[in-house]
Amino acid sequence: MGEIGREMMLSCRTVGRGTLLLAQALLSIRHMLKQRARREIIHQMFVSGIKSLGVITVVAVFTGMILALQTGIALREYNQEVNIGTAVMISMLREMGPFMTGLILSACVGSAIAAQLGTMAVSEEVAALEIMSIDPVRFLVMPRLVAMGIMTPVLSFYTCIMGVLGGGVVGSTQLGVAWAAYMDNATRYADTKDLYVGIFKAFLFGIIITVVSCHEGFSTTQGAVGVGAATRRSVIVSFLLILVIGYYVTRLFYIS
Amino acid sequence: MITFENVTKRLGNRAVLDGLSVQIEKGETFVIVGSSGMGKSVTLKHMVRLMTPDSGRVLVGGECISEAKRGDLERIRERFGYLFQGGALLAWLSVFENVALPLREKTALGEDEISEKVLATLKLVEMEKDGDKSPSEISGGMRKRAGLARAIIRNPEIVLYDEPTSGLDPVTSRTIDALIENLRREIGVTSIVVTHDLHSALSIGTRIAMLHNGKIIELSTPDEFIKSSCPEVQSFLESQFITKKGPWERKLK
Repeated sequence: MGEIGREMMLSCRTVGRGTLLLAQALLSIRHMLKQRARREIIHQMFVSGIKSLGVITVVAVFTGMILALQTGIALREYNQEVNIGTAVMISMLREMGPFMTGLILSACVGSAIAAQLGTMAVSEEVAALEIMSIDPVRFLVMPRLVAMGIMTPVLSFYTCIMGVLGGGVVGSTQLGVAWAAYMDNATRYADTKDLYVGIFKAFLFGIIITVVSCHEGFSTTQGAVGVGAATRRSVIVSFLLILVIGYYVTRLFYIS
Repeated sequence: MITFENVTKRLGNRAVLDGLSVQIEKGETFVIVGSSGMGKSVTLKHMVRLMTPDSGRVLVGGECISEAKRGDLERIRERFGYLFQGGALLAWLSVFENVALPLREKTALGEDEISEKVLATLKLVEMEKDGDKSPSEISGGMRKRAGLARAIIRNPEIVLYDEPTSGLDPVTSRTIDALIENLRREIGVTSIVVTHDLHSALSIGTRIAMLHNGKIIELSTPDEFIKSSCPEVQSFLESQFITKKGPWERKLK
């Protein structure tokens, strides 16, 4: 019982510290227009966005292809395969786009953030910033938070487009649905609300990944072993939060 | 200048600092020696509130840093420079950018002035030609010298050195010692040095304190220190072949 109580206290403390870190980072956003901060934000946007583009493209295209194939096989029994466009578009916009983007970014970018800040923490670079009266949250977390807050929705939208195109390729080559009919069907029934909710989710996921990774990085102790553990924890916690918060956002917007 | 009033700090079940009380005067080079794990670095970290005491107070120029509010803490910390054991240079910035960082972030100086000041400080640590290199391209000794340049770039009143000569060859160690001594003599900087290196401690220290189990067991000038009758001090001196005759007469075995 004592062990369970200790674990619960530890979890509460972690949530509290993460929330405090987010609040501090949001407060320091007022410094984002300074030249050096702008330069760092653009660099982080490049790191989190452009460098992840390759893997996101592959995952998005294949997700769209799998969705089209699975729904196409099911719908063909009712001669409704022409509707795969709608199925792929709505799935990608509402769930798969932000979800896949979130998972990829937490694995690629979140782990890198946790490892970098963790290494900085154990090699006393974070302490050095504090001694110089340079706020580590403003200097390290804020640029990453802004960059991820912008790039995750952009990448999510890109994932949706690539997924729909991937679905179109499968539809036209495997299921006999003409490209024009597929695209017409995909765009006709998609609602702008689906787009907005998807983008909102992606934005939340970007914030979650950054806060979790930065928190884990800053909390790192015990050298290289600690850095490895922090990286692993950041990916696991981000994955879980993306799943749980994704569900509640869907419920909030689609079940009244 | 810096006062520890009955400071206690526990890490886990162990009291790393056990009622530590000491006063460090302005303009002196105060050296803290002792075996590993005796609380030397912990003492240093309390001076800039990288750690806070479980009980007791740490005063800097009469202000209690261990209880200071955020704004006051920043102001008090600006009086300090800190040389970390590994230099703690930011890996993605060049040596020049690392040294320029405090000026860019905390002053309104223009780039020309910053450049001039950084080059002058790099020259002081004999690294004026290495500004473009990244921390991964330079040796441990150079990283420490670059860290020292960053620590003193804003002319702090107090500089804290955490093991400034550890892992360095004897020649580089003496170069670092000379830099610390010059800063005291020429600019009047108050230095607090944590080290295992007794040769360095005896050369640069105006007073030497030996920490043992979280308490100061010896506090004296270098001359008095080597004559101390305290068994822990004698054992520490003998471990580095230093006899009561003088710091540089080694008893080679």
